[in-house]
Amino acid sequence: MALLEPSTITILVLTGIFSSSIIFLISAGLQIVFGIQRILNLTVGSFYAIGAYVGITFINFFLKMGFSVVYGLLFLILAGLSLSFLGPTIERGVLNFVYKKEEAFQLLATFGLVLIFEDMIKLIWGSYPQISDFGILTYGEFRFLDTSFPVYYFLVIISAFLIAFLLEFFIKKTRQGKKMRSVADDIEMSEGLGVKVRNIYILSFTIGTVLGTLAGALIIPVTAAVLGMGIEAIVLAFAVVVIAGLGSMRGALLASLIVGLLQAFITFIFPELTTFVIYLIVIAVLLIKPTGLMGKEI
Amino acid sequence: MKKILSGNLFFTLILIALLALVPYIAPPFYVYLTLTSLAYIPVVIGFNILFGYTGLLSFGHGLFLALGMYTTAFLMRNYTMENLEVLILASALSAFIVGLGVGYICVKYTRIYFALLTLAFGMVFYTLLIKFTPITGGDEGLRITFKPLLLGLDFRYLPHLDFLFQPYYYYVLGIVIILTVLAYIIVSSHFGLSLKAIKENSEKAEALGINIKRFRLYSFVISAIYTSIGGALLAHITSHVTPIFSYWTTSGEIVFMTLLGGFTNFFGPIIGVFVYTLLRDFIMSTIIYWRILFGAALLLIIIFVPGGISEGLIRIYKHFKGA
Repeated sequence: MALLEPSTITILVLTGIFSSSIIFLISAGLQIVFGIQRILNLTVGSFYAIGAYVGITFINFFLKMGFSVVYGLLFLILAGLSLSFLGPTIERGVLNFVYKKEEAFQLLATFGLVLIFEDMIKLIWGSYPQISDFGILTYGEFRFLDTSFPVYYFLVIISAFLIAFLLEFFIKKTRQGKKMRSVADDIEMSEGLGVKVRNIYILSFTIGTVLGTLAGALIIPVTAAVLGMGIEAIVLAFAVVVIAGLGSMRGALLASLIVGLLQAFITFIFPELTTFVIYLIVIAVLLIKPTGLMGKEI
Repeated sequence: MKKILSGNLFFTLILIALLALVPYIAPPFYVYLTLTSLAYIPVVIGFNILFGYTGLLSFGHGLFLALGMYTTAFLMRNYTMENLEVLILASALSAFIVGLGVGYICVKYTRIYFALLTLAFGMVFYTLLIKFTPITGGDEGLRITFKPLLLGLDFRYLPHLDFLFQPYYYYVLGIVIILTVLAYIIVSSHFGLSLKAIKENSEKAEALGINIKRFRLYSFVISAIYTSIGGALLAHITSHVTPIFSYWTTSGEIVFMTLLGGFTNFFGPIIGVFVYTLLRDFIMSTIIYWRILFGAALLLIIIFVPGGISEGLIRIYKHFKGA
């Protein structure tokens, strides 16, 4: 076992926070849809994977067009946002038909979507891992103590915090956000007061979708896009929302940090035990406080 | 009522006769698929005792499938245990113990939390299988290198496929018939009716004096044992057990087979297993993008015929009878 020197600890903490930011975006996508529609949307993992693949296609295309690599982050965000059309399509095309069904069927409908997306990715990009031409060191390095980190890590961490803040602001302060909260509280009452529940559903699902695709696009300078990455992501995001408490946004932020840091440290000390430890925590949380760290009673 | 029952019995006997003929009339490859389907029957019946009859959706039943497979492989490799009956009993016993422990925790919850908790246990077991390489063989899994004794009889002189397609096929068919009849008795009994009462209205059932948690736990353990026995039968067919059987996508497949056939009918999941296995093979051999079709099929079933094929057949039957 390697010794945990101060510089190693700094590296682990920073990479941990970096993956926390990505995990947070994905699980925030799960939370918002569960908060409003009461559906545990497994598809968010697929959105993450598609975001990564499209991100690579986008950035390689723009780089070939002669754009400077400096705009890389911008293109990735653009790639994530461009996939927002998936939100209304799937919400209207599929989820719309299962709102009145049992929870088990809603969960299975999103499982069906996961299967479909898994093969669509294979159909479009093939089975080989896709790599972007956008290097992680494009924005240089940041030196700290006797180690160094890609500046890109910080950009992603800042972006994730910014998105968390914007989401909070949107839900708490804006008119649409208030409507969303009222739908989450009491659908019939909101409908009676003139809120178009249909539109709120479309909106929340689209936000959930974009959070997933953005997370996927932002990760690609760090890793290649591979088949099955969506399923791997959902396994983590899923642990996060259970630890957080279903539907809680702040809980998701906290739980993402816990899971991201744990993942970094455990992977370093006992590789392969990561999922095991994280899921043991999931079971412990479900046993001690089934509503999660910050969940409301359902 | 009696007429329906005798009708059911008639069809069941015809089905069994057909299944018994399969090794003689079908090409080897289809015998193989039928044999695989047979091994999956206890799995889906077990799953549906929990889902269809008790109303608890397990998204982690792969755990018990893998448990049966690994118990079998482990005992054969490390203790050269040869008797298939002993292996099946051992798989049932391990499922009883693990099912009691996991079930005790899981049945405290219902609905989405039950699904989440079972999924989490499935994933923990999956990582354990990968990590404890000395016992489980890690990523590679375990290979079963010799054939078991059936009722104490030694068929080792037969080539592998001849063994599978003749003695083993009929052995599995026999076990599956016994287990199916037993399950039918269980769900039609007082106990089975109590489970249904819990599913439909748990408060009312409790008021009627049914100990809900205990009955849910019984249902969970029975379900686990059935699934594990299916795993024990399957292990000799694949002769290779890997952690993937405990992954949540395998659990999803079990759910899919059950829904495809129809969870509202006792025989639905059995239809589901055969259709799923044959269809998957057919689709996989024609196009590699079978998941798109299966995902779409799953969506269509959920939206239009939540009762699956069996409900569809009943609807068609009623339509023609009415016309």
